[in-house]
Amino acid sequence: MDFSSINPVLLLASLIVAATPLLLAAIGELVVEKAGVLNLGVEGMMITGAICGFAIAVNTGSPVVGLLAAAVGGAVLSMLFALLTQYALANQVASGLALTLFGLGLSSLIGQGYQGVKPPSFPRFDIPVLSDIPFLGPVLFTQDFIVYLAFFLTLGVWAVLKYSRAGLILRAVGESHDAAHALGYKVVRIRVLAILFGGACAGMGGAYISLIRVPQWTEGMTAGIGWIALALVVFASWKPWRVLLGACLFGGINVLQLNLQAAGIAIPVEILAMSPYVITIVVLVIMSADRSRAPASLGKVFHAGS
Amino acid sequence: MIKLEKRPQPSKAWTYLTPLLAVALTMIVGGALFASLGKDPVVAIKTIFWEPLFSEFAFYYRPQLLVKGAPLVLIAIGLSLGFRAGIWNIGAEGQYIMGAIVGAGVGLAFYPMEAFYIFPLMVIAGALGGWIWAMIPAFLKVRFGTNEILVSLMLVYVAEQLLASASLGLLRNPDGHGFPGSRNLRDYASAHNGDLIANTGMHWGVVAALIAVIFAYVLLNRHMLGFHIRLTGEAPRAAKFAGVNPSRLILICLGASGALAGVAGLFEVSGPAGQVSIDFNVGYGFTAIIVAFLGRLHPVGILLAGALMALTYIGGEIAQSKLGLPAAAIQLFQGMLLFFLLTVDVLTNFRIRLAKREVA
Repeated sequence: MDFSSINPVLLLASLIVAATPLLLAAIGELVVEKAGVLNLGVEGMMITGAICGFAIAVNTGSPVVGLLAAAVGGAVLSMLFALLTQYALANQVASGLALTLFGLGLSSLIGQGYQGVKPPSFPRFDIPVLSDIPFLGPVLFTQDFIVYLAFFLTLGVWAVLKYSRAGLILRAVGESHDAAHALGYKVVRIRVLAILFGGACAGMGGAYISLIRVPQWTEGMTAGIGWIALALVVFASWKPWRVLLGACLFGGINVLQLNLQAAGIAIPVEILAMSPYVITIVVLVIMSADRSRAPASLGKVFHAGS
Repeated sequence: MIKLEKRPQPSKAWTYLTPLLAVALTMIVGGALFASLGKDPVVAIKTIFWEPLFSEFAFYYRPQLLVKGAPLVLIAIGLSLGFRAGIWNIGAEGQYIMGAIVGAGVGLAFYPMEAFYIFPLMVIAGALGGWIWAMIPAFLKVRFGTNEILVSLMLVYVAEQLLASASLGLLRNPDGHGFPGSRNLRDYASAHNGDLIANTGMHWGVVAALIAVIFAYVLLNRHMLGFHIRLTGEAPRAAKFAGVNPSRLILICLGASGALAGVAGLFEVSGPAGQVSIDFNVGYGFTAIIVAFLGRLHPVGILLAGALMALTYIGGEIAQSKLGLPAAAIQLFQGMLLFFLLTVDVLTNFRIRLAKREVA
C-alpha cells in the first residue's frame, strides 16, 4: 500500500471532474422535479448525450459543438418523455424507465464504430491570476469551462427559483398544479419546458463523461451516474446548493475509491467499486426521514378536465 | 384541437387492443429504423417474428423460445404484483444475480456428491437470495420511507460487483486453470437444470414460470391479498379505509418479486448459462419490466408478452447473424415497444374528442 502516490491537489482536481457530470444532471432534474415531474430517465438521457456529444465532436473536430449536440440530444429524448407524460398522460415512473431502456439501446446503436476512437480534447481554461494561487489555483481555477458552466448553472437555477417570477410560477406548478391552472398558468407548457431543460442538462452531463472525464466511448459508460443524480436531488432536499455539495461528496467518494484501488489498499476491488452505490443508499436512508421538502405535486398526472 | 375526456371506467376493448396496437406501431417504426440502417424492413421484421417459429430451422429455435421466455415471465409476474400496487421494484436484475450466486453456491458446496435433494435445495437458496436482496429496499421503505426505486436500482450495481467477486474468487472453478467463472453445472448431474424432455427447452424454469402464472392469477382474482394489491393501486384512499396494511403489502410484493427473480436466476445459471460468470446476466431483469407492462400486469397477458419478447430476442439473434443487424437495434426495438405501449395506453383511460380551442 502506498498512500504517498495520492496527491491531494490532483485528488481534489479530479474530484471536481467527477462531480461535474453529476452536478449537471442533478441540477436539471431538480428543476424538473420542482415543476412537479419525476423523470426517471436521467440515465437514458445522459448516455444519449454522451454518445451524441462524442459522435458530433469526433466528426466536427470541435468539442464545443459536441457539447451543444449533447444538450440537443438529451433534450430531444426528454421531449419523448414530455409527450408521453404531459400529452398522453402516461405514468411518469413507467415512462422514465422506458426512456432509460430506450436511451441505452439508442446510444449503443449510435455508438457502433466509435469504440476506441479518441475524441478531440477540450481546451483547458486557466483563469488568469486566480490559477496562480498555490493549492487552490490548480484545484479550482485550471479546469475546463464546463466546470465553471455547471457552477454558474447552479447559481442561476438557485437565483431564478428563489428570486424571479418565473421561478415562483415553476414552483407553484410543482406544488399544486390545479391551483396554478386555476390562476391561468399553462401547467403543461411550463412542465414541458422544465423537462427539456432537464434533458439538456443531463445530455451535457453525459457528454462531459465521454468527452472529458474518460475520454472515450464505451457502451453503458454512465454506469448508474444518472440514477445517483436522481438520488442526489432527494439528498439535497430539492435545494440547488445542496446539490452542489452532494455532487462534490459523491465525486469525492468515487475519486477516492479509484485512488485507493490504484494505491493497492488491502480492500477488495469489488468492495471499493460498489462503495458509491452503497453510500448512496445509506445517504438516501438518512435523508428520507424528511420528506416534507418534496414538491407536493411530484409525480402526479395533471389533466385539466378532471 | 384535440381534447382528452376521461372515461368513467377504463375501456375493456382498448385494454386488449392497446398491446396489439403498440406491437404494430413498433413494427412500423422499427421497420423504418432498420431501413435507415440499410436493411430491407420487411425482411428484417419477418426474420425477427417469423423465422424463429416457421422457418426450416424452427425446430432449433422453438426450444429457445421457452429458454428465453421462462425467466422473463417469472420475473415479470413478480414485478407485476408490486407495479399494480404502486410499489416499484426495478432492481430485479440484481435479485436475479443474487439468486443465481446463492443458489449455485449451495449446489457447488455439495460438489461432487450426487443426491436428489441438491437441486431442490438450490432452488430454495436461489429464492432466498433474491428475496433477501429485495428485502433491503422493502425494509428501508417500511422502516424509513426510503424510495424503493432508487435503492433497488442501486443494489443492481452492488450485485454486479458481488457477481464479479464471486466468479473471480469464492466460486471460481478450482480446476479452471485460473479462468474466471464457476464450475460448469452442466457437468454436475445433481445440480444441472436440464431439459425435462430432450431438446424441447422445457426445463424446470419453464414449469416454475407456468406455476407462477397460475398462482398469480388465482391470487389476484380469488384471494383477499390480491384484492388488496389491486385496491391499493387503483384507489389508495379506499384501501386505507378498508384497513389494508401498506407495510405488509410492500414486504409481500417486493419479497415475492425478489424470490421469483432469484429462482429465475438460479434456473438460468444451472441450465442455459451453465455457470456463474461475470456476464452471465443479459438484462432479463430490465426487459421483464417491458414484459410486465406489455402484458398489462395481468398474469395471462404476461405469459403472452414474455413469449413475444423471447421471440424478439431469438429473432434478433437470427437477424444479427443473417442480416448483420446490430444487437443494439434489437434493444432499441424492445425499448420502443414500451414507449408505444405507454403512449397508446391513453386510449384506455381517455376518449379523444375534437373540440374547438377554448379560451383559458
